[in-house]
Amino acid sequence: MFGLCALAGVLVVLTLVDVIYQLVSNGQPAISKFGLGFVTSTRWQPNFHIEGAGALLYGTAMSSLIAVVLATPLGIAIALYLSMMAPGRVRAVVGPLVELLAAVPSIIYGFWGLVVLVPFIDGIEPGLHSALGFIPLFGPASPIGISVFTAGLVLTVMILPIISALSRDLFLTVPAELKDGAAALGATQWEIIRGIVLPTTVSGVSAAVVLGLGRALGEAIAVSFVIGDVTAIHRSLFDPGSSAAAEIANQFPSPVDSLHTAAMFYVGLVLVVICMFTSVASRAIAGRFDVTRRVI
Amino acid sequence: MSAVSDTAQFEGMPFDPTAPLTPSGNLRRRAAVSRFVQITATAAAVFAVAVLLIVLYGVASRGASALSLGFVIHNPSGLAGGGIFNSLLGTLEIVAFGALIALPIGILTGLYLTEFAGPRSKTASALRLALDVMAGLPTIIVGLFVYGLIVIPQHRQSGFAGGIALAIVMLPLMARSSQEVLLLVPGSLREAADALGVERWRAVVSVILPAAFGGILTGAILATARAAGETAPLLICDSIGFNPFATSLNLFHGVPSVSMFIYQSYDLPLAQAVTRAWGAAFVLMMLILIANVLARVILARSRGKMGR
Repeated sequence: MFGLCALAGVLVVLTLVDVIYQLVSNGQPAISKFGLGFVTSTRWQPNFHIEGAGALLYGTAMSSLIAVVLATPLGIAIALYLSMMAPGRVRAVVGPLVELLAAVPSIIYGFWGLVVLVPFIDGIEPGLHSALGFIPLFGPASPIGISVFTAGLVLTVMILPIISALSRDLFLTVPAELKDGAAALGATQWEIIRGIVLPTTVSGVSAAVVLGLGRALGEAIAVSFVIGDVTAIHRSLFDPGSSAAAEIANQFPSPVDSLHTAAMFYVGLVLVVICMFTSVASRAIAGRFDVTRRVI
Repeated sequence: MSAVSDTAQFEGMPFDPTAPLTPSGNLRRRAAVSRFVQITATAAAVFAVAVLLIVLYGVASRGASALSLGFVIHNPSGLAGGGIFNSLLGTLEIVAFGALIALPIGILTGLYLTEFAGPRSKTASALRLALDVMAGLPTIIVGLFVYGLIVIPQHRQSGFAGGIALAIVMLPLMARSSQEVLLLVPGSLREAADALGVERWRAVVSVILPAAFGGILTGAILATARAAGETAPLLICDSIGFNPFATSLNLFHGVPSVSMFIYQSYDLPLAQAVTRAWGAAFVLMMLILIANVLARVILARSRGKMGR
């Protein structure tokens, strides 16, 4: 029985090692041709045998950044509501509902994003441009609402339940003595949150945010529906773009040549290194809270 | 600390602990800030629930018109007719195959971490890290991995490759959830088994696993539901090589699936084809939501049984 269990553990580790091996060995032609400059080169032109992942990684970074910037305050606010403010019955209903957001498959988010969210975004982009246009990121609206910004919003919805559920569990672990003590000293609820709850859980919440970031960085299908598949860097977030994972989903089934396939394995390798880094970072930040063990 | 030193520390300070409390600072402003935060947090929760309802309604309102009994028991015909019988069957087959691999290995990994590895074991913490990294792998990467591992050597995409990829998606979820549940099993059960001289493996099989059964089942359902909705690995490993109008369940050839069916119909030129895809999305979403609710019910019941 011990042997069997240890074998299962060994299998897990072997799989991870093999993931790296497969990506490296299948990406070898592209790795030897483009070298490390692949990461910064922004020309992704498979028809001309020129591949650089810069624009893809930019799209990945920007869409994930939008998601994290929007989902972090929202997720923490939801977690505060669920852990400290909601009456028992409301909590028992709203908590699971928020977590159900994580159960919706990415293909449905993609399909829904394309058909429902994109027209909506198309409607609000001009308003955002006139309000925030002084920041170059909020340029003139794209004609159809398919953009890096839209992808960021879909990712926001996808990582929101991760951040809120993990944070809520952390907030519930804050000792009642501390909160009651602050309340007895006359602190308002916000002062309890700012003085007691957030400081004691800041490392765990940060870990949850990094976990959400990792999820956003690797999402392929939902992003591929709404980001527009344009492999160039545009300054405005309202212009279409592409992301590393979405580009693999779009082009892997119909590659131009074997170098194109190898380049996509290389993109995968870069992406997996980034995601492994976020996983390890999340674990390191979490420290003793060990939030990452929770299942969503 | 004695009473004398308690008062001694206030000597020479402008604060007199015996004086009656008087409000200082701007109480009204502090209360208003707090109120504002409460309203904001409540609004955030309302927003999240609203988003869920909008997504559910968006899928249901578009998919419901395609639904009928025929939709789930007929194969697709033409660009827009028929149903999703073959895709549904294919998803069930691939997911079941993946679960058959991932669930036992996941449970065994959880058992190793909780029952066999010591609390300070370096191996165990390395394995936990590996599971975290595995859970953080983008599913499209899992697809690329299995493509290199199985599809390239076999020269064809297959339900087998898709199932392996889904198993890799499920494995860390299963390992993590069974580990969580096993940690909840009271230590007194283990001690009682040890005191009776029962070997550890026998205690695991006859005492610990039965006590954790409900929780493990919950984890298994959640992991399976997650895998059933996955698209990216199937796109890479199992998206061609089957006749989309026929039932094909040979695991070593392409096997159709609901998520690939949705993915492949969104750019068909006919409005009816898109309606059919919405119908498929609706069926898939309902299956996954029902599985999630079921998992919750089972968890609540087993918690009740364990007296917590």
